[in-house]
Amino acid sequence: MSAIVNDMVIRFANVNGTGSASANSMFSKAIFRMGLPVSPKNIFPSNIQGLPTWYEVRINENGYLGRRAGIDVMVGINPQSFAKDMASVKPGGYFVYDSTKPLYEDMMREDIHFIGIPMMKISMDFFEVPRLQQLFKNIIYVGALAALLDIEMEVIKQIIEEQFEKKPKLVPPNFKALDAGYNYAKEHYDCPLNVRLERRDNVGDHILMEGNEATALGAIYGGATVAGWYPITPSTSVVKAFETHCKKLRIDPKTGKKNYAIVQAEDELAAMGMVIGATWNGARAFTSTSGPGVSLMSEFIGLAYFAEIPVVLVNVQRGGPSTGMPTRTQQPDILSSAYASHGDTKHILLFPSTPTECFEMMADCFDLADRFQTPVILMSDLDLGMNDHMTKPLKWDDNRTYDLGKVYDAEDLEKLEEYGRYLDIDNDGICYRTIPGTHPTKGSFFTRGTSRDEYARYSESGAVYVRVVNRILKKWETAKKYVPKPQMYQEEYKSKKGIIFFGTTTYAALEAMEMFEKEGIKLDAMRITAFPFNETVEDFIEQHEEIFVIEQNRDAQLRSLIINELDIIPAKLIKAVNYDGMPITAQTIMDLIMEKLSVAINN
Amino acid sequence: MTYIKPTFRHPALPKNKISFAKADYEGAISTLCAGCGHDSISGSIVQACYEMSIEPHKLAKISGIGCSSKTPTYFLSNSHGFNSVHGRMPSVTTGANMANRDLIYLGVSGDGDTASIGMGQFVHAIRRNLNMVYIVMNNGCYGLTKGQDSATADFGSVSKPGSVNQFQAIDLVGMALELNATFVARSFSGDKTQLIPLIKAAMSHPGFAFIDVISPCVTFNNNKGSTKSYDFVRDHIEATSVLDFVPQKDEITVSYEEGNSATVPLHDGSLIELRKLSPEWNPTDRYSAFVRLQKAKMKGEILTGLLYIDPESTELHDLMGTTDVPLNTLREAELCPGNATLESINQNFR
Repeated sequence: MSAIVNDMVIRFANVNGTGSASANSMFSKAIFRMGLPVSPKNIFPSNIQGLPTWYEVRINENGYLGRRAGIDVMVGINPQSFAKDMASVKPGGYFVYDSTKPLYEDMMREDIHFIGIPMMKISMDFFEVPRLQQLFKNIIYVGALAALLDIEMEVIKQIIEEQFEKKPKLVPPNFKALDAGYNYAKEHYDCPLNVRLERRDNVGDHILMEGNEATALGAIYGGATVAGWYPITPSTSVVKAFETHCKKLRIDPKTGKKNYAIVQAEDELAAMGMVIGATWNGARAFTSTSGPGVSLMSEFIGLAYFAEIPVVLVNVQRGGPSTGMPTRTQQPDILSSAYASHGDTKHILLFPSTPTECFEMMADCFDLADRFQTPVILMSDLDLGMNDHMTKPLKWDDNRTYDLGKVYDAEDLEKLEEYGRYLDIDNDGICYRTIPGTHPTKGSFFTRGTSRDEYARYSESGAVYVRVVNRILKKWETAKKYVPKPQMYQEEYKSKKGIIFFGTTTYAALEAMEMFEKEGIKLDAMRITAFPFNETVEDFIEQHEEIFVIEQNRDAQLRSLIINELDIIPAKLIKAVNYDGMPITAQTIMDLIMEKLSVAINN
Repeated sequence: MTYIKPTFRHPALPKNKISFAKADYEGAISTLCAGCGHDSISGSIVQACYEMSIEPHKLAKISGIGCSSKTPTYFLSNSHGFNSVHGRMPSVTTGANMANRDLIYLGVSGDGDTASIGMGQFVHAIRRNLNMVYIVMNNGCYGLTKGQDSATADFGSVSKPGSVNQFQAIDLVGMALELNATFVARSFSGDKTQLIPLIKAAMSHPGFAFIDVISPCVTFNNNKGSTKSYDFVRDHIEATSVLDFVPQKDEITVSYEEGNSATVPLHDGSLIELRKLSPEWNPTDRYSAFVRLQKAKMKGEILTGLLYIDPESTELHDLMGTTDVPLNTLREAELCPGNATLESINQNFR
């Protein structure tokens, strides 16, 4: 059997709270530094310590970054999940386990290989403190894998040295553990295995980053100074990263004081209230949450929409409804975000699909929110936010300036005869706002969630109300020209059938497109990057007879949104959905569409 | 509807230090019921701001929902105002304050807006010692929805249709003290001599300044048997002190009898001069405020005046170490670290 090089899925089955995450990410980083595209996924419980947690890494030299089903190598460290873990290995695959204690023979399968490494025993031989024995056990299996899969030891060692740059005392024991694992595997098994790695030069200048970290950097570069937030998985690390980077990048050099304010709110309602107060008062502010938080913030989102206050909200989506699957990924909040709050409302949504886009779009969110004086929601998800992704390096145009939108300063107000907060002077639906504190006697107005006239005066007149809400709708039309355009994957249309996808489905969709190509099935493709949908989206739909909308939710919510907003005949858009909480795979997309294509052909 | 008053000012009207007439601090004509306590509070706010010579644009008025929350329309029309959503004034004020630490934040709320739907945000604003004045216009009932009891309605208080309240009242002042609020006062809408200096002192206090103002609802809660009626309040009112607020650099003109007097210096150099009406009470001793409050409660008295002040109060920005400049004045130069920095960040992720 010829060796399978640079194409594998390896899964680590750990116990959460045992320090395995750091060893596992070291593993991924080492492979990435060998020039190989990697795509790690955390599959973790909503728990702090003691429950099964998995880390799955797809390695593929062609750069397929979507998840792939089928496990080639399982590193089974957790006896709780042995049976399930063993069962999930592909025939011919490998089960690497801690052989300090023997496996039950009746559990073992005959169609896979078993590789026992006495991890705990080695660790106990080398280290005395129980906590260290546990931690170094993780490094021992990384060492063993280096031998088994042919990972370059120098690369791992360099990562260890970098990691402990400030605690150099920890480097030698880590090396010791790493070597011990490596040597044991070398001595006892025929290394490398049939599934193995070889250095390539296939990652270019890419970086390996979590979406939430990139989003946080986008907030910093986009000029956010205020964050009001409430902890919720999977969005917590956005504000955490914002704070970490602010501590380095946002300290006033003269005074040592903070050029930012982060307030951990009492709940999501207050978090959104803080954002609204701050942006009303002229600062750039944001909050980050997940679906349940958006539900709680909805009342305030409606206020911001109607009173026309800029808001930037990050929704790192997770499995719903209700508490749902808090540690699994989905795209289930498309409708609840697009139409958040009572009354006629709709909100600008941006759909990043990579950490690089999280960075860029987050910065754009602030410009859009200020320009349109309305809520803008960055629609990330757990997969994007909490997993490392190989992504293009982050770039910032140093000539870029913030678009603060239409704001009158004191000088402008001096020249004005009369100020009306909601006068549509430029006929684009966007009015001029003033910031509190601007002028002693001019430009003040009363912000309210009630119906009001062009001068911000309370009004119960039906005519005034209709004028105002229609003007807000005009703003929506204007926004279509400003939001990112959809991405097309063909120079010109080559088929009457097409696919639409967005967000993290992109990885799997791109791979599926190659699979279709090989099958001789022609499909045009479009990736939605924003709501409102602009003309390009309309044109794509118009030019195709049958379009599959690929989504990671049960009800094909983007499909509903498109149908509703663009007046599409529903039958034209066919849903292709996966919603089990795991990132969608190319094979799933292929299967879903093939099934429906054949139905169409048979009819 | 919002009724706008004429803006013409008689040139001979008296002006304050910054050349504003009192009328410059007024707002639109009130649409509250004639005789509403809230209008008197609005009047006290106008008077306090006028006398303090506050530049109108240096103050932001923020409210929630309800009769009380409508009042910001009726005072300080040259100040930005924000009528937010029910019970959420504290969070909006928190955000506003984070964006610009240089303004005075005047939060207006009611007993429904604070003691029921807004309780969560109220207590957390106290916890953080947010620099703001928080006025509750407390009438013990929901006016806009026609007179239901609120959470501050006293046990045994009789409503207009004659039902007796079976539930214990939430005493906002006692709660604020318990939560270590750094400025706690209670007053009565009908007692401007007490309320005006309290508002001034609250505006000078760096931190959370809470004033619970009993403000009778003439339409739904001014009947016999109500403990929030004008008559009942006037009959049962008891004050901690007679106080005067002495702004920064002004000379002290009042003098209280020695022994009973106390002077509390505020952060900005201004002073609270007060004549204590009870020997065991000390305005900077939280414990004595508790004792005094409990005693009044047992006697069925409504204790008003300054109850407690922490002259060492450190407001939220200083607790957090925010820069002295308002955050909303920072631009690209201070906020955006630039591409070279981003390059080195990228390097950490390879």
